[in-house]
Amino acid sequence: MQAIFILWLRELKKYTRSRAQIVASLAQPLLYLLVLGFGLGPMFQKAGYGSYLQFVAPGVIGMTVLFTSVFSGIALLFDRQFGFLKETLVAPVPRIRIMIGRTLGGATVATLQGTLIFVVCIIAGFRPTHLALIPLGFLFMLLIAIVFAAFGTALGSGLQDMQGFQLIMNFLVLPIFFLSGALYRLDNLPKVLSFFTRVDPLSYGVDGLRGALIGVSQFGVATNLVVLACIAVVLLIFGAWRFSKIEI
Amino acid sequence: MIRVQNLVKKFADFTAVNDVSFDVPKGEIFAFLGPNGAGKTTTIKMLTTLLAPTSGSLELNGLDPTREANAVRQQFGIVFQDPSLDGDLTAAENLEIHGVLYHVPRKVRRERAEMLLKLFELWDRKDTQVKKFSGGMKRRLEIARGFLHTPKILFLDEPTLGLDPQSRNQLWTHVKLLNETELVTVFLTTHYMEEADRVAQRIAVIDHGKIVAIGTSQELRDRTNTQTLEDAFLALTGITIRDETANAGADQMRQFAQMWRR
Repeated sequence: MQAIFILWLRELKKYTRSRAQIVASLAQPLLYLLVLGFGLGPMFQKAGYGSYLQFVAPGVIGMTVLFTSVFSGIALLFDRQFGFLKETLVAPVPRIRIMIGRTLGGATVATLQGTLIFVVCIIAGFRPTHLALIPLGFLFMLLIAIVFAAFGTALGSGLQDMQGFQLIMNFLVLPIFFLSGALYRLDNLPKVLSFFTRVDPLSYGVDGLRGALIGVSQFGVATNLVVLACIAVVLLIFGAWRFSKIEI
Repeated sequence: MIRVQNLVKKFADFTAVNDVSFDVPKGEIFAFLGPNGAGKTTTIKMLTTLLAPTSGSLELNGLDPTREANAVRQQFGIVFQDPSLDGDLTAAENLEIHGVLYHVPRKVRRERAEMLLKLFELWDRKDTQVKKFSGGMKRRLEIARGFLHTPKILFLDEPTLGLDPQSRNQLWTHVKLLNETELVTVFLTTHYMEEADRVAQRIAVIDHGKIVAIGTSQELRDRTNTQTLEDAFLALTGITIRDETANAGADQMRQFAQMWRR
């Protein structure tokens, strides 16, 4: 337990010590929120769907949690290059605990970052419809964070260089974001696209966030919770297995 | 304490360790000498569960690193050849994580951390982030960290690289003390022949992945008809300079990491 805690704490310390980067990391979500929020707003309104800012804010929160958590997993690559990974891998602690500590730390950081964006959204004019459901929103943030931190760890365990990192960002993480319905509604889509949106775990996260924050959900909050929890368990096991196979 | 038999490690097109066998009894200080790229670090990585051997058998205190990795990790401590500190954390925090990972009780790890930081003259910088340290200070911190817990076997992979003579002296004094009072078995590699001569009871010379000679310093000198260990080493391994693959990606990565908030 102590080992899990100290590695969790390490992730948090690293996060709070990089203030400049925390500010910088707000730029991209802000861009989506403001430019798309106000740019596509009139069109969305004309189609009879209401305020686009209300619609896109949970998507932007989901996106932030996605990027931060995947990145925390892939940061394994940096620990490998800078050597700290070795220090943890030769320690007399089962590797599963090392992996759990790191992953929970990364998930916590991602949830904090999501919370930060949530606050920014409120400042920009976003209004959650049911205050009592906000804790449910945080639960969804945490689930998304765990799913993708474990996913990142599984990927990061096999990474040796920066090229692999770019590949993952462009061919996995961006599609996961664009197919999740963070930016558009998932009904009335072409069949192929509809299929891909349904196998994307983030779709259930974003839909759950919308259910909690604006009271609109396509799959139903219970379905979202069950699907995300199952994927989290599967990815944690897969990530732990990949982590246990690391050689240096 | 350490038993290695017919150990082989092949990377795609290259045999790093080629049929190596040796024994290190409990309480011995054993030096592994060899030119760059001879297979020293690869051997240590296999003994410390970081790499799986291609073939051959390994034993640490009767345990097999390939099958009983967790039990083996309880047996040893290691000072790595290349950096293994977390630069974003302070010196004290790096020691604290190590202490927790090695199950050193809180009170003991705080006391030992203070003693070691003072010994290696880092105490007044204990709350500074390690990335702000000079190369020598980082190295001293790595060594101090290696002594935070007392293992049965201590691996030292070129521990004195980049250390000033004062710290080197502290290091070897401490190693000898641990060896004499706690019977810690020490497995070390170094490029400094006089160090091996001074501390090691037995020396193995490895070259191109094979052990070319093994014995006491006296035996190696007698065998090669030389006066010093350095001459014996050159006689055994020849005078050509070896290349080692460098880690060129690290600098680029550091820049990239900074861009991405870490």
